Amino acid sequence: MTAIPYTTDVRPDTGVTNPKLGMWLFLASEVMLFGSLLSAYVLLRSGALTWPDQSAVLSVPLATVNTVILIASSVTMLRAWTALTAGNMRQYRVRMGVTLVLGAVFLAIKTFEYSDKFAHGLGPATDNFLGLYFVLTGVHVLHLAGGMLVNAFLLGPGARMWRSDPRRFTQRVEVAAIYWHFVDAVWLVLFVVLYLL
Amino acid sequence: MRFFKYLVSTDHKVIGLLYAGTSLCFLLIGFALVLVMRWQLAYPGEPVPLVGGLFGVANAPGGIVLPEFYNQLGAMHGTIMVFLGVVPLAVGAFGNYLVPLQVGAHDMAFPRLNLGSYWFYLAGGLVMLASFFVTGGAANNGWTSYAPLSDLAPGHGQTLWLVGMGLIIVSSLLGAINVITTIVQLRAPGLTWFRLPFFVWAQFITSFLLLLAFPALQAAAILQGMDRLVGTSFFLPSGLAVSGQALNVAGGGSALLWQHLFWFLAHPEVYVLILPALGIVAEVIANNTRKPLWGYRSMVYSVFVLGFLSFIVWAHHMFLTGMGTTISAFFQATTMIISIPSVIILSALMLSLYGGSIRFTTPMLFALGFLPMFGIGGLTGLPLGLATTDVPLHDTTYVVGHFHYLVAPGTLFALFAGIYYWFPLATGRMMNDLLGRVHFVGSLVCMNLIFMPMFVQGLAGVNRRLWDGGEQYAHAQSVLSLNVTMSMAAFGLAFFQLFFMVNLFMSLRGGRVVGANPWQATTLEWSTESSVRAYRDPYVYSLPGAAADFVPQDQPAEPS
Repeated sequence: MTAIPYTTDVRPDTGVTNPKLGMWLFLASEVMLFGSLLSAYVLLRSGALTWPDQSAVLSVPLATVNTVILIASSVTMLRAWTALTAGNMRQYRVRMGVTLVLGAVFLAIKTFEYSDKFAHGLGPATDNFLGLYFVLTGVHVLHLAGGMLVNAFLLGPGARMWRSDPRRFTQRVEVAAIYWHFVDAVWLVLFVVLYLL
Repeated sequence: MRFFKYLVSTDHKVIGLLYAGTSLCFLLIGFALVLVMRWQLAYPGEPVPLVGGLFGVANAPGGIVLPEFYNQLGAMHGTIMVFLGVVPLAVGAFGNYLVPLQVGAHDMAFPRLNLGSYWFYLAGGLVMLASFFVTGGAANNGWTSYAPLSDLAPGHGQTLWLVGMGLIIVSSLLGAINVITTIVQLRAPGLTWFRLPFFVWAQFITSFLLLLAFPALQAAAILQGMDRLVGTSFFLPSGLAVSGQALNVAGGGSALLWQHLFWFLAHPEVYVLILPALGIVAEVIANNTRKPLWGYRSMVYSVFVLGFLSFIVWAHHMFLTGMGTTISAFFQATTMIISIPSVIILSALMLSLYGGSIRFTTPMLFALGFLPMFGIGGLTGLPLGLATTDVPLHDTTYVVGHFHYLVAPGTLFALFAGIYYWFPLATGRMMNDLLGRVHFVGSLVCMNLIFMPMFVQGLAGVNRRLWDGGEQYAHAQSVLSLNVTMSMAAFGLAFFQLFFMVNLFMSLRGGRVVGANPWQATTLEWSTESSVRAYRDPYVYSLPGAAADFVPQDQPAEPS
């Protein structure tokens, strides 16, 4: 069986590799998913008779901390990739490890936020704002957890590829980083829409 | 053991055939459901013969179909036919098998993702089938699952519908990414964009529709799942009362929100059903008229415009929701505009026939049958796209007739044409010609006898989704006898599909063995070279001065 071309080489007339194009297409679809959920938010909020003061219900300080954490994780993810392009595997492991830890801290704070809401008797069924809050952040958290699984794979068993095919491994990390930045960007939108507006 | 090996193969041909086999089974199941419905419509309240005892006491005591069971049949017929039958056959099977071959690639860009796509599809299909056996049966809120009815439907059928839908959406997402990447990245040397066969263009745009439209239903399914399982009220307005009891939910939801999200998917979905069919018909017509396609470039531009416009016509399904005349006017205008590229493609296909020395092969018969049937389906859609004329026609059997003309004698005929045309590519054998012709003539007559009377009934005002076919309504009495005609024709249609099934299985073993390019076609899927290079446009037939009446795309130019 012949190898599939342009898995690691850039096709000259299109300027991308297959995995990178595939990731961009996937993210286009993700934009439509979050876009649909956000349009549900717009339609329900604009049609609502009353809407709670969002920043009074949710904790803006915690979300601000989470925003800083997620942006920091995007930076460390990017730096993990640049470490690989410089051929420094040890540095890559450290930076990817930090990315994972930051992701875990985000999840921990989110878990605390959720349980705090439940403890005060606030759940998705309370009103449509909280319903949308739990759906939007829940779908986002699932995306974050999925990204962490991929990152953990690239830090652990997947890193063996560094010895056999370093170029391909570097590109894998790059594509994973594109996804990670997207998850980060979605959070920024959610932070503004759900906490601040 | 060998079968298991096929189930885990990442070869695009094997996955394409898996898709084909599975989707044909689902088409048969969906068709079987509608046969029970047609019996009930023609003879309401009479026990279904032969199979009536199989449905269980809860669904059909004494073989008599209960209204709730009829609703299950209707909802699942639509769901299975669209999402588990036609789309997987058109995109999963034909796309998987042919796109890599037609662009001269060895496989899809992501073979393992491709296999994953099939598995998600199979899982979604099995969840849908399993939902018939839970308490309360399968989803029974129509294939559109309008809220709040679907939100409040008892039992687990609707929840399983949402789960199955979610799996199918993941499957089509993976498939769409694969098809687009393959077309963009893996085109053979020399195969520039305007040397792609029209079929590849059709698959390309279709994949973008799947990629960008399906997430809306994914979001809607998540929200409805929350409504059903967690008690949110995204689709439940305030002050809703059910069976005289005020509903104990927060309220403030919007029933229209579901319709917007659903139709944002489901209108592009209509073009997902149609575009691959147009692609198949274009290939068959070019080959059997021995001419290049007339207006190939305008067809490509049209398919682009169609793809784009299909995202901004969705609310023409919602003229009667009271969303306002301004919004209606906008969607009515875009709907009229989208008919232009559709007409361009259909006209180009018809003009391609002019002056050709047509070979009336079985696939060509189906392609020729497709053209007027698709035309009827398209033209009867115009009154539905205009807000004023839609008022009396909305939710009548006229609508059912309209979209069935597009999908049944339209898309399904194209898919049959594709099966007869590419069968020798997959198996090295021809399908039987006589059986194929009987299948075509019988299906053509029966399909028209089923769907044409729906227009008559619909214009008389008979609503769709009536358990008794309109027996209790005064205004339906004059057209009630047509129900028997339509049902008889449906049973006739089932009879003529036997010719196809026998032909399919018989030809697998005993079909006439043929060479590598039995139709003397030009496109790359018929090439026997291990690595191909394209030298010319896709349909170079009857070139003056050439040695044969076809010049394959990969045949090097003769030195002059």
